Amino acid sequence: MFASLSERLQGVFAAVRRESKLTPETVESALRGIRIALLEADVNFKVVGAFIDRVRDRAVDRSVLESLTPAQQVVAIVRDELRTLLGSGSPGLSKAQQLPQVVLLLGLQGAGKTTTTVKLARWLRAQGRHPLVVSTDVRRPAAIEQLAALSGDAGIRVHEPDPQVGAVDRAQGAIEMASSLGFDVVLVDTAGRSHVNDELMGELEGLKASIAPSDLLYVADAMTGQDAIKSAGEFNRRLGITGVVLTKMDGDARGGAALSVVSVVGAPVSFVGDGERLEDLQPFHPDRIVSRILGMGDVLSLVEKTEQVVSQEDATRLKGKLQRNEFTLEDMREQLGAVKRMGPLDRLVDLLPGMRQLASHAPGEFDAGGLVRTTAIIDSMTVRERRRCQVIDGSRRRRIARGSGTTVQDVNRLLKQFMEMRRMLRAVGTTSKSRKKKKGGRRRGALDSLWLQAR
Amino acid sequence: MSVFNRLRNGLRLTTNQLSSLFANTVTRETGGLDGDVSGEGLVALEETLLQADIGVAATARLLEVAGSRGGTADVRSVVKAELRRLLDGTEGARPTTVRPRVVLVVGVNGTGKTTSVGKLAHLLNQAGERSVICAADTFRAAAVEQLEIWARRVGADFVRARSGTDPAAVVFDAISAGKARGRDVVLIDTAGRLHTHVNLMRELDKIRRVAGRVVSGAPHETLLVLDATVGQNGLAQGRAFLEAAGVTGVVLTKLDGTAKGGIAAAITSELGVPIRYVGVGEELDDLLPFSAEHYVEALFEPVW
Ligand SMILES: Nc1nc2c(ncn2[C@@H]2O[C@H](COP(=O)(O)OP(=O)(O)OP(=O)(O)O)[C@@H](O)[C@H]2O)c(=O)[nH]1
Ligand SMILES: Nc1nc2c(ncn2[C@@H]2O[C@H](COP(=O)(O)OP(=O)(O)O)[C@@H](O)[C@H]2O)c(=O)[nH]1
Ligand SMILES: [Mg+2]
Ligand SMILES: [Mg+2]
Repeated sequence: MFASLSERLQGVFAAVRRESKLTPETVESALRGIRIALLEADVNFKVVGAFIDRVRDRAVDRSVLESLTPAQQVVAIVRDELRTLLGSGSPGLSKAQQLPQVVLLLGLQGAGKTTTTVKLARWLRAQGRHPLVVSTDVRRPAAIEQLAALSGDAGIRVHEPDPQVGAVDRAQGAIEMASSLGFDVVLVDTAGRSHVNDELMGELEGLKASIAPSDLLYVADAMTGQDAIKSAGEFNRRLGITGVVLTKMDGDARGGAALSVVSVVGAPVSFVGDGERLEDLQPFHPDRIVSRILGMGDVLSLVEKTEQVVSQEDATRLKGKLQRNEFTLEDMREQLGAVKRMGPLDRLVDLLPGMRQLASHAPGEFDAGGLVRTTAIIDSMTVRERRRCQVIDGSRRRRIARGSGTTVQDVNRLLKQFMEMRRMLRAVGTTSKSRKKKKGGRRRGALDSLWLQAR
Repeated sequence: MSVFNRLRNGLRLTTNQLSSLFANTVTRETGGLDGDVSGEGLVALEETLLQADIGVAATARLLEVAGSRGGTADVRSVVKAELRRLLDGTEGARPTTVRPRVVLVVGVNGTGKTTSVGKLAHLLNQAGERSVICAADTFRAAAVEQLEIWARRVGADFVRARSGTDPAAVVFDAISAGKARGRDVVLIDTAGRLHTHVNLMRELDKIRRVAGRVVSGAPHETLLVLDATVGQNGLAQGRAFLEAAGVTGVVLTKLDGTAKGGIAAAITSELGVPIRYVGVGEELDDLLPFSAEHYVEALFEPVW
């Protein structure tokens, strides 16, 4: 019943796609679907609300509503808005104003701070920096040993005073050691704490005041749910976060927490952790998270592909033709060409939600062979035949079949499909003029996908 | 302090926020908790439940119930009762008289497995059961040292891996030791693993088979440790660990923060796995046996 996020969204977009034209009502129903999808991706409720409002504002714009490719438009808007949410600010660490640069890692218990400390040290070393790490976690059993062991594995220097030394002195000691030995960056691991533990939050404020870090990285578990907004918000309020590290991205969490955190903290995601090994740290790519949250990387890449192969003018021209019922075999060939340029057809069938079902209804027509055959048949026609298919009689059909290396049956089938298609496309054209809702059912929806997805 | 009070204190923030949200939304939309459940009221209620990470499925079910009895019933008690029914309706592991009883503790990274093993040993201790703690996390840096400190705090036997051996080998050693020394329980801490990593999940299967060879029916209980801050991914974790490791119960940790751990309700109702314990802090005695009544009561307690 509660399908995966990806299926749900594809369902939403397929429903939009079935509409020849968007109305405020269809937009609303799509937005409801998107809302649920985002909630299931763990994007915070309030963030979802604001997000939906923004998408609605843009989607009810006339140019979108009247577009011939409403589903594409909505996907594109959602994608853009998600990117905007995540994309501002520059990832990585700040430019060092003062050496050694001091970086403080903080967050809830078990988020991945200690591991990230060492991952980050390795990453910095690869950038030509000289990192020194120190643990200030004097609370969790064996936390200091954990950092020391990981650093040992990575060949990273650790400042390791007597276990009795307190958090602030440990951090200050590390900074002094760095200054005298020439390390240019000090990474300070902290004990995990709950944002509502006033005493521990106060301790962290004290630590910050005594070491004046230039970077405060909030380490957050990608699996976090609705609470992300509260914990990150409180850490930010009390300490001021400059960047976010999203860990455990190697799992199947949608990572919607990233959106929540970034939107309350206003700082960018600087890195993501995607494994337990120390090399598993990557500078952040907003796009990856966007497609992941939506669970529709494929749909997004389809949007991108159609944007690449079909120009806006072509789309407008086609729209006019449809409305004037002037769609010809030539146009069909052009469209097939566009579909072909988008990549191997069997891949495409999977990219387009609903296409699998259609392909199974009309076997052979949507595979690469069918496409080549169809194009070959049209290529063997005269210009006149392509523009006015009514003139294609029996003898012309035999000639075309010979010329294209196909059979008369193939030609007949193509012509029948074309007539059918034109009839349906005309229905689309008229509907969009008269605003009348037509029940095209699944078949028209699917044809819509084939033809109109390519604009 | 009574268990109920402890839980209430642990859950105070959670509940304050949830119940104030609840009160606000319901009052605003319906004119009082006892008022009509209008369409708007249900929408607000949906928001409240979703925000608790209860998830779309369980929320839909709760709303259905609230909606069907709308008009006259007190929405709040309807939802509370239904939530309790969801949480209560499942049985845990069958009780066993086998000694030692073997408890396997599993979960994704950083949820609180090691800490929970320590706390659980303490809880059992207090009930007069003596345990052996087994350090089968041979992967994470200093994981063995971490658990050893807990074992010392509790005064439980501790069995660590001979270096370079695999987790199943130390499990074998620990259960054998528990058997030889006549201990009541063997608690096995395992390395955190994401449920999507197939090889790591298979490792759990091997541990289970080895355990079953030493004591019949072992592991008798397999606890999935779930972080209360987890969102909808918790359900995927539940499914995967249920399938790969035969989870019989959930430990819901970190309830002392503001997270509600609502996805645990979905795990219980959809997978039929009960919540057995809740973690409400980092100290030895911060683990409480789960009670659906207290949990829901604490979650919805209006003023503290
Ligand atoms: N506030 C709070 N913190 C907890 C609770 N349970 C565990 N923790 C903390 O969460 C962090 C992770 O706990 P661990 O016991 O190391 O978790 P784990 O699942 O063994 O972690 P890995 O073995 O690294 O996967 C530690 O800092 C614990 O002190 C709890 O109920 N409340
Ligand atoms: N799978 C995975 N595990 C991670 C990642 N980052 C950290 N961990 C694990 O998460 C657990 C908690 O990490 P730790 O660094 O001790 O967290 P801390 O309590 O915040 O210092 C450990 O088991 C780590 O190995 C990651 O990106 N992916
Ligand atoms: Mg740590
Ligand atoms: Mg552990």
